[in-house]
Amino acid sequence: MLKVDEIQNGVVIDHITAGTGLALYHLMELEKLNDASVALLQNVRSQKSGKKDIIKIEGDITSLDFNVLGYLDPQITITYIENGHVTRKVRPEQPKQLVNVIKCTNPRCITSLEEGCDHIFALTPSGRYRCIYCEQEFKVQNL
Amino acid sequence: MRHLIDPLDFTYEETLRLLDLADRIHDDPAAYKDVAYRKRLASLFYEPSTRTRLSFEAAMLNLGGQVLGFPDAGVSSASKGETVADTIRIVSCYADIAAMRHPKEGAPLRAARYSRIPVINAGDGGHSHPTQTLLDMMTIRRRKGHLDGLTIGFCGDLKFGRTVHSLIKSLSRWPNMKFVLISPEELRVPDYILTEVLDPKGIPYVETRSLEEALPQLDILYMTRVQRERFFNEEDYVRLKNSYVLTKAKLAQAPADMAVLHPLPRVNEITLDVDDDPRAAYFEQAQNGVYMRMALIMTLLGLKDPKTGEVAFQC
Ligand SMILES: [Zn+2]
Repeated sequence: MLKVDEIQNGVVIDHITAGTGLALYHLMELEKLNDASVALLQNVRSQKSGKKDIIKIEGDITSLDFNVLGYLDPQITITYIENGHVTRKVRPEQPKQLVNVIKCTNPRCITSLEEGCDHIFALTPSGRYRCIYCEQEFKVQNL
Repeated sequence: MRHLIDPLDFTYEETLRLLDLADRIHDDPAAYKDVAYRKRLASLFYEPSTRTRLSFEAAMLNLGGQVLGFPDAGVSSASKGETVADTIRIVSCYADIAAMRHPKEGAPLRAARYSRIPVINAGDGGHSHPTQTLLDMMTIRRRKGHLDGLTIGFCGDLKFGRTVHSLIKSLSRWPNMKFVLISPEELRVPDYILTEVLDPKGIPYVETRSLEEALPQLDILYMTRVQRERFFNEEDYVRLKNSYVLTKAKLAQAPADMAVLHPLPRVNEITLDVDDDPRAAYFEQAQNGVYMRMALIMTLLGLKDPKTGEVAFQC
């Protein structure tokens, strides 16, 4: 595998569905991190899923909520590292509803017109999110 | 307080009770002429849909109620940029129930979240049209005497035709149904209808390209329009469009007691010579629509049926 320096303090977001890492990178606005170093690895070979993407961040990440990534892509694992040691490894549970976390992109949806309209997504039995207004499924690929 | 936003908002039992009430109204409309005396329906039509609006307004007037509202967005405060949320809060002060038609998907749901009166979705973009689904079911049940154990053919645009999706979802709650999905390859029913609606319940279905082959086995034929703009090129459209037109000649292969439904307006997908055939049920749908909407208004307003002394179900 492509070598990226081991993380001392930061986070590793692993098992991202291959091809969607960049979309998640933009969703989290990681390009705006000034002091942290960020590595996006694409199409990393994985025993579990064939191919996957990984995001590694070294530096201060206290202002970021990575759980949202796990909501959108339930296979994702998030590993927090301090002083070279893993302090926490989480696989976030999907909330029943996401309010103003992601946006509906359907131009025919009321959310595209109505001022002050919250973007609300409901969890489906198959683990995906649908806009409660237009029922369009949220796809990371469409970000 | 309840609203009707999605075709599946009512349970199976509630839907049955509503269909029963609509049938009682159908059989003796005069008995219901004062049921909604002094009640007001706001008809909020953000895009013109004359037939649906008149049907709602006729329903309210038939119940002895009154109607206020606007027939399209140009004459409402929507043209000044007022939100749906604000409009419904104001309308809640003037009316007892509202029917909303809107070009944007989810607008009636948005309204319902801020409303103090029941909201009926009268069509939101291409998304849902639950009173259409209810009147379709009413028409099928009146023609066949029951809703279970039927073989129902859907023909035409099964991809974008949401009336078809809603009706399949609703009818899937009745036992022993079978669906025959007749469409060109380009306009097949979306996969999620098969994988999320039919497969989990083990409901049998066939997908076919041929209306002629399907016809002999059908109890109901639900026709939809095949629109030119759905095709990538003109040749495909021209090649396919006549395959999905119902003519008197094709109808000869259908059972004598089959019923033909269509959400209307039709363009050319049912030829005029079919209209006189006893199997043509599409004009009945429009009539049933008024009775169905009367039943719905009564139920959402908690008004008792004078025939039974009860509400269809608690809202
Ligand atoms: Zn939406």
